[in-house]
Amino acid sequence: MLFTACLVPAARLAWLGWRGELGANPIEAVTRSTGWWTLALLAATLTVTPLRRLLGAPWLLRLRRMLGLFAFGYASLHFTTYLWLDQFFDLAEIARDVVKRPFITVGFAAFVLLLPLAATSTNAMVRRLGARRWQRLHRAVYLISVLGVLHFWWLVKKDVTEPRLFALVMGALLAARLWWRWRGPAPGRSVPGA
Amino acid sequence: MTHRQPAIAPSEITPRAVFEQRRALLRQAGLLGAGMATGGLLLPGTARANLAPRPSALSTTEARTPHKDVTTYNNFYEFGTGKDDPAERAGTLKPRPWTVMVEGECAKPRRWDVDELLKLAALEERVYRMRCVEGWSMVIPWVGYPLSELIRRAEPTAKARYVEFTTLLDPKQMPGQRAAVLEWPYVEGLRMDEAMHPLAILCLGLYGELLPNQNGAPVRMVVPWKYGFKSAKSIVRIRFTEAEPRTAWNKAIPGEYGFYSNVNPNVDHPRWSQRRERRIGEFGKRDTLMFNGYAEQVASLYAGMDLRKFF
Repeated sequence: MLFTACLVPAARLAWLGWRGELGANPIEAVTRSTGWWTLALLAATLTVTPLRRLLGAPWLLRLRRMLGLFAFGYASLHFTTYLWLDQFFDLAEIARDVVKRPFITVGFAAFVLLLPLAATSTNAMVRRLGARRWQRLHRAVYLISVLGVLHFWWLVKKDVTEPRLFALVMGALLAARLWWRWRGPAPGRSVPGA
Repeated sequence: MTHRQPAIAPSEITPRAVFEQRRALLRQAGLLGAGMATGGLLLPGTARANLAPRPSALSTTEARTPHKDVTTYNNFYEFGTGKDDPAERAGTLKPRPWTVMVEGECAKPRRWDVDELLKLAALEERVYRMRCVEGWSMVIPWVGYPLSELIRRAEPTAKARYVEFTTLLDPKQMPGQRAAVLEWPYVEGLRMDEAMHPLAILCLGLYGELLPNQNGAPVRMVVPWKYGFKSAKSIVRIRFTEAEPRTAWNKAIPGEYGFYSNVNPNVDHPRWSQRRERRIGEFGKRDTLMFNGYAEQVASLYAGMDLRKFF
């Protein structure tokens, strides 16, 4: 059910695009929307552990992988839109962008960091890496979230309302973890990726 | 005996661009006159023509951006910062009654009612490229006449080196002004020779009709060789000043938006490139042109100026 829910934003974009109802600048609308949903899904993955602890619901962990992969999915759509419809696969131009434009540098870095996380999302990979190494690798999601928010913040002309909102949400979720870490380990830690 | 010559006001000086193109301009005016004499051409797509503007030789022949896109994809932060906000929310703007106060360093300051402005000079259709600083562009058939028509009637003095434009300040009509995203009221400005240039227009309509609220009703300015934010909307005051005006986006982020803001593919915005743009309605991107393709007409205004320093 969550799976279907996660598909809705992409399906909606495709539907509106088909009907020509994405406005005067449909490519910008798609880029903006896929980016927004990437951040929203990243935030959702970060809420799983705090919720699990607050509600004592270890089963929530199962949802985390799905949410994380969907975040990666939307990030890929976002990146593909940039690569194809914005830059038309002009790799030299993209390389220039990544080097000269800070908001693209951090966006690109965030995407690149997502790749190993997506690649190691399967149960087999968890077993291969071992719980501790897997855990450490997947802590990169904190850095990815920060880079993602910076990417949004730095591309907006002046109205930083939405980036600021994401910053507050991500900040709160990360702060919660630091708080718990400082307080001591949680009861009933389940196997990561289970 | 010596005879003291009266000082010539900067506004009386024939803009260099005009002077150097005087033969071409006279030729164009002659063609225009012939066109008017033959009743003018009714171009396709101008069925709605309640302002009945005359065609202009200064119009581009490029494909016009559809009316729907021009009126639903707007940056008009006075109504919100989303592109669809102005079309959805500008209903609260009351374009009548409306006056524009023309004042400052001039001999004949006066308040103009917008209906007087509609009759001040012959309305022309100026189909101009519009390039937003964000990297998209449109081709828009504006209706208006040269700003110089209004300026010379005010008789600016020798101290009038700049022209400052001020937008309405009224959060009741413009709810976006409740947010301090920019300093309100919106202020823009031009150097006197820029304001007197034949391409700079006082604009009262769009696609042959009065301006829709979201496009800056009832009267705005359009200066096509600069980024779109320089073309101030819903103007209530035009003031001649000695000092360079502090403009809205320059006050907001001085390092990113300069006073001149001429369209220039060689000078990037600090955070993004200005080399290319997306023409609304097109799939691909196109190269941005120097001065938005108006280099032939305006480059001489900036001869010898370091456009990277004066961005």
